[in-house]
Amino acid sequence: MASLSLNINSKNYTVDIDPQMPLLWALRDIIGLKGTKYGCGIAQCGACTVLLEDNAVRSCSLPVSAVADKKIVTIEGLSEDGDHPLQQAWIEHDVPQCGYCQAGQIMNAAGLLNKNPNPTDEEIETAMNGNICRCGTYLRIKAAIKTAAKSEKV
Amino acid sequence: MTVVKTSINRRSFLKASALAGGGMMLTFNWLAGCKPTTTKEVLTLPKEWFEMNSYIKIGENGVVSLMSPNPEFGSNVKTSMPMILADELNVDWKNVLVEQADFFPERFERQFTGGSQGIRLGWQPLRTAGATARQMLTDAAAQTWNVPASEITTENGMLIHKASDNKASYGEMASLAATLPVPEEVALKEIKEFHIIGTSRKNVEGKNIVTGKPMFSLDHTKEGMLISMIVHPPAFGMKVKSIDESSVKSMPGIRDVFVFQNLRDDYERNGFDTTSFADMVAIVGNTTWEVMNAKKALKVEWENAPEKTFDVQGWRGKETVVMPAGLESSDGHTYQMEQMSRKAAQELRKDGDPETAFKKADKVLERTYTAPYLAHNCMEPVNCFADVTADKAELYGPIQAPEFIMNALSTSLGMPKEKIKINLARMGGGFGQRAYGHHMVEAALISQKVNAPVLTIYSREDDMTYGIYRPTYTATYKAALDKDNNLIAFHVKGGGIPEHAVAANRFPAGAVDNYLAEGWSLNSNITIGAFRAPRSNFIAGAEQSFMDELAELAGKDPIDFRLELLDRAKNNPVGENNDYDAERLSGVLRLVREKSNWTETRKNIHRGVSAYFCHNTYVAEVLDLEMKDNKPVVHNVYAAVDCGIVINPDAATNMGEGGIVDGIGNALFGEMTFKDGKPEKNNFHQYQMIRQKEAPKSIEIHFVENEHDPTGLGEPLFPPTFAAVANALYKATGKRFYNQPFVHDLETTRMEM
Repeated sequence: MASLSLNINSKNYTVDIDPQMPLLWALRDIIGLKGTKYGCGIAQCGACTVLLEDNAVRSCSLPVSAVADKKIVTIEGLSEDGDHPLQQAWIEHDVPQCGYCQAGQIMNAAGLLNKNPNPTDEEIETAMNGNICRCGTYLRIKAAIKTAAKSEKV
Repeated sequence: MTVVKTSINRRSFLKASALAGGGMMLTFNWLAGCKPTTTKEVLTLPKEWFEMNSYIKIGENGVVSLMSPNPEFGSNVKTSMPMILADELNVDWKNVLVEQADFFPERFERQFTGGSQGIRLGWQPLRTAGATARQMLTDAAAQTWNVPASEITTENGMLIHKASDNKASYGEMASLAATLPVPEEVALKEIKEFHIIGTSRKNVEGKNIVTGKPMFSLDHTKEGMLISMIVHPPAFGMKVKSIDESSVKSMPGIRDVFVFQNLRDDYERNGFDTTSFADMVAIVGNTTWEVMNAKKALKVEWENAPEKTFDVQGWRGKETVVMPAGLESSDGHTYQMEQMSRKAAQELRKDGDPETAFKKADKVLERTYTAPYLAHNCMEPVNCFADVTADKAELYGPIQAPEFIMNALSTSLGMPKEKIKINLARMGGGFGQRAYGHHMVEAALISQKVNAPVLTIYSREDDMTYGIYRPTYTATYKAALDKDNNLIAFHVKGGGIPEHAVAANRFPAGAVDNYLAEGWSLNSNITIGAFRAPRSNFIAGAEQSFMDELAELAGKDPIDFRLELLDRAKNNPVGENNDYDAERLSGVLRLVREKSNWTETRKNIHRGVSAYFCHNTYVAEVLDLEMKDNKPVVHNVYAAVDCGIVINPDAATNMGEGGIVDGIGNALFGEMTFKDGKPEKNNFHQYQMIRQKEAPKSIEIHFVENEHDPTGLGEPLFPPTFAAVANALYKATGKRFYNQPFVHDLETTRMEM
């Protein structure tokens, strides 16, 4: 066990924790933020995506010791009132079916837009290829990212 | 005006207060508002609710709460079912809150999500409940104003009596209305009067989903809750021999480890009581990570399980299921299925004299199709929360069919059903897998054993290797054409492990004078279950691929060829048990031909067509693809759908898009194989799922406009997609694709080039 300091959604947490515990389980079981989802545990599905220093990362495969003191943003912290352009676009396009993968999709899209505010269709497809949506809402995800990219430019 | 008797809905008029232990538990539910959700606009909750019936409560301030009775797994019934209620009730959608009903069979009919039946079977009861509440509010106003009820009109939650210039909101009349007798008969709206049905409404949970609210059972927590995980045998046909508790008991955070049995030996199962393994090992601890670590360290010895025979009370009555002993492999299955295909099978339907007709044929085409087992791979792995104490059990989990796991829960826990409460969680996907509630029994037994609230979690590997797969199937089609290229005989012989997929009375039955359908099956210890459009998810692809090849042999356009046969089925049908409407099936083919500009040719674009009827809905699809670097790139998919009245068009379109994407994915990649009883794939690095890059560039869904009662959409767009892909691939490569997943034959094609 180790005492680590975590910065999540602009809030500091000091936790006594197994340093090998993946960030995903620290978020869900220790901090109590359930928005970040478990899907595969091996960085193959993207359901657990969060932002680490503004980059999209798979929290299921990152030991919590590797992220101490770094800036972490989860779906709960993406915006104050759920009105991030991506969240608004997701609602406008009525993207979700079951909804389980969508937090990971949105966080991955946020990472993409941080780096590339105006992605082409092909860039979106490449960036989003690591996020599985079993319900098959891929077209709506792509359309929502394009809508959000446009609104951010305004 | 349609007048209906309210007695068809008898359960919904029982008031919660009239029931033993009444009152609804809403502890687990996030209220979903239908109003646009900026902070300022959030609905003010009323001080008091007045209950009109099981589905409808009205507050004194006019806010309406509507219950969505069915479990939600992504087909959006939580929005579309309340839309039906709200329309008949005649309220403004902006003043509606939606709540997820818990499992409450005394108050709700058929709380089951599956078979694309939610809207079809909910249509009449929901309309009746809405119209009845509207009538009771009208009666209350009539009594208050002393005017005839027949002169009162309703509009957007208001009651209006023009002659006396009286006006009141539903909220003002709700307290009186709730005390009035339920009318014997009520008038339903005319279709042209609908103001919510047929208009696109956003998912009522949209905001909760995109902000990461804890709405799944995997997100649930309770004071003192422990985490448990289950270790199941590594192979079908194995059981626990012994465990070494000391291998994990002293590990950090671990509370308990034990072997348990899910169902009692003498328990009489129903069709949804499928369990893959007789006994399993539970590990209970404080956090998920600690339990995952213990799971890896656990020392278990496995041994081969004996043959098992038991009765199952299914849809078709009591059937005896044999689960043979032994460790099965996919290679062995292939060999056995080839052998069985040559043997005599059970006759399912016969018209005319197929044998003679085949002898007289000018041309005969015979082709065999196969498909592997499939894993559901819902994004939310199997899990369930259970809190079992000495005198009651409370469960919260993803379950499509709560009613069908009650017996098992009651028997395994040794507790009467009245003491067991199942709360319905939003499911992170279902696809048929969550109709089987074994995880609820497991969670309940573990909670009972450790005497604490427990969240039982499957890892992805546990979920993918547990079983309840889509079965593996084969079908051999044979058709005879005369010298004028008329179809004179048709034979389908289908088999599978442990069931065949032949639907003997569907198209082209009824369109051919000489017709034979046969089926066979083989026993296995690998468990199977419903998977999005059971059986249709194989047989549609096989049949519609065969039709394409047959049309080519007959020298006819594939759509014209099908339409000719459907004309025959419509005008002069063969046999009496044809379970499709030839006119509606023709209708979707004609619509997709028009919308896709079928006869148009574009450079490098190859088109495949397919049409199928299942789950009461008619679908035709045209799929356009291009080969790039020997990989198929799907450009456009056009679908024509006849599901009667469409409740929520944009959400219906979303569902259709999902079915098509799922169909493309499973046609190209979907496959589970076995070696010595062991599933050969256990996570997404091995099991290929369709991803963003393989999804079509665009999908157009066109609904046939008519006034038929609505049917479902969760399944019907999925099965025809397999053949649309195969037929387009043929155009693109010159090769027919008979064996799913097509990725293997595509790979062979690539190597040859």
